Amino acid sequence: MDLTQSFSSLGADIIVSAPLVLTMVMGLVIVVLDAFRRNHVATPWIAALTLAFGLVMEITRIGAASGTAYYDLLRVGGMAAYVNALIFGSGLLTVILARPYLESIGHHIGEVYALILFASTGMIVLGTANSLITIFVGFETMSICLYILTGLVRTNQGATESALKYFLLGAFATGFLLYGIALMYGATGTMYLHEMQSAVGDHQTMFRSGVGLLLVGFLFKVSAVPFHMWTPDVYQGAPTPLVGYMSTASKSAAFASLILVLYLALPSTQWIGVVAVIALLTMVIGNVIALAQTNVKRMLAYSSIAHAGYILVGLAAGSPEGYSGALFYLLVYTVMNIGAFGVIALLEWDGTQGSEQSLDSLSGIGYKKPLLAWSMVFFMFGLAGFPPLGGFIGKVAVFGPAIHSGLTWLAIVGVLTSAVSAYYYLRVLVVFFMKESNPDVATDNITFSVPGMSAAVIVLCVIMLIVLGIVPTFLDVTASFFDGNMLATLP
Amino acid sequence: MLAEYGPFFIQLGLAIVLAFAFLKGAALLGPSRPNRIKQMPYESGMDPIGTARTRYSVKFYLVAMIFIVFDVEVVFLYPWAASFERFLDAGVGLEVLGVVTIFVIILAVGLVYDIKKGGLEFD
Repeated sequence: MDLTQSFSSLGADIIVSAPLVLTMVMGLVIVVLDAFRRNHVATPWIAALTLAFGLVMEITRIGAASGTAYYDLLRVGGMAAYVNALIFGSGLLTVILARPYLESIGHHIGEVYALILFASTGMIVLGTANSLITIFVGFETMSICLYILTGLVRTNQGATESALKYFLLGAFATGFLLYGIALMYGATGTMYLHEMQSAVGDHQTMFRSGVGLLLVGFLFKVSAVPFHMWTPDVYQGAPTPLVGYMSTASKSAAFASLILVLYLALPSTQWIGVVAVIALLTMVIGNVIALAQTNVKRMLAYSSIAHAGYILVGLAAGSPEGYSGALFYLLVYTVMNIGAFGVIALLEWDGTQGSEQSLDSLSGIGYKKPLLAWSMVFFMFGLAGFPPLGGFIGKVAVFGPAIHSGLTWLAIVGVLTSAVSAYYYLRVLVVFFMKESNPDVATDNITFSVPGMSAAVIVLCVIMLIVLGIVPTFLDVTASFFDGNMLATLP
Repeated sequence: MLAEYGPFFIQLGLAIVLAFAFLKGAALLGPSRPNRIKQMPYESGMDPIGTARTRYSVKFYLVAMIFIVFDVEVVFLYPWAASFERFLDAGVGLEVLGVVTIFVIILAVGLVYDIKKGGLEFD
């Protein structure tokens, strides 16, 4: 092997992946800072600035041609830049929302922000991976940070339980993923996604077993049925603003990676059936169980399972339109979910811990906190998929391609389950605005004030949701990632 | 084929012989003044009396975890050191040294964090 050229492209690679490198380095800086100046005031702002810088840099590069860095291990530009922008945006909004929340529950510790930066690093590596090794490294970096963030409130038994549950099940899912990678590598002799299909040869059975196991790992991360059991418990136990981050950024990364795997390594249509059945189960079970929930966070957890089902419909279409629709849906979903969990986090300050907050305890809150409650109206209508909000366009963007690919039955089930979901989303609004406040829960003397920054984030999410619904250019952007042949840009 | 492994078996044999030699040598040459405390199982460790289900400090795990981190660091450094000459021949020695320095710095950050947070303080 010729080693003289080993470092010839390193400088250029670091420049094109600057947001990734910077996020990791700033995470380390926060760790050192926290070691010497415990819980320093500036820590969240360092994290926020880093994420904002990454967000701006990636947004400017969405239009750029897609390419690869670090010897084809990572993808940059185009779709990769879009996914990274999603992750950075989600992280930035979360940091701003989480700071006052964590202060109020007495867990404002510097490590949280370092962990968010490290998790973002892992998500970027996962979401832009071009090789199975990178997928695994990103997957693990992300997961380990999320396990710790889940169990942040160590003194709370529920939080510890959910963290342990998440860790054990997550470690098990990682085992499946790793076994799948081993079998896929064994069948093809390559770790690069774009080389797999031509290298399979006569090892089809081994390759398919590998892909099946790999899918289990991914479906666990995106909480698709039947690998969804951890979701409600983890979302219930974890600190609420961080749940918003976990449910959006980690899904964006895992779905982006899954799209790359399906698009680059499995261009044949033989996986449509599998993904379609999983999508069907996820939509039906997620939406139906959500109907019976009385705890707000559990309800939103099942709702996020259902939304994973909608995104899987786009993936099941197996066409570039389906993939671009799914990518667009991820953006809409990120905006809606960060907003919804943000509102719930802010409403927790009436003294009810988030893990126990039932819908009843929030009755009549619409007249006491009109800004939050009206924002929630937009998020709920968006999640239910009402026009003219982004949620509607997102559903059109994933169900349409499915019909084009001959999966009309799946689209029909999708639309029916969305209609079912309207019941539990609108029930939140009924409780907020049309019920007398519960005398057992003292909402009469709410004294908490909403911090300006958090309110700004919520309003920003509302505006984004409306813009996504009426400005159609975003769909063109995601569609452009699949223009021509993405494979053609590879060496 | 088997002959290629000759040095390995020689090393294995040497290791076994040396281990026994040290043990026996210490017993023969060192002073031996046993008392009750010294003869307890796990000398200087936990008191082996009472139930096995007592609470004890979580610091044991911290030390174990830190050990594993630096153990893995050494495992990574061995192949690097073994192939360093080939990188030197190719004229990229400085760059490779830089990369490994970054790796060690990242682990050192972990150690600094650990010490400052009191992970190695027993009380």
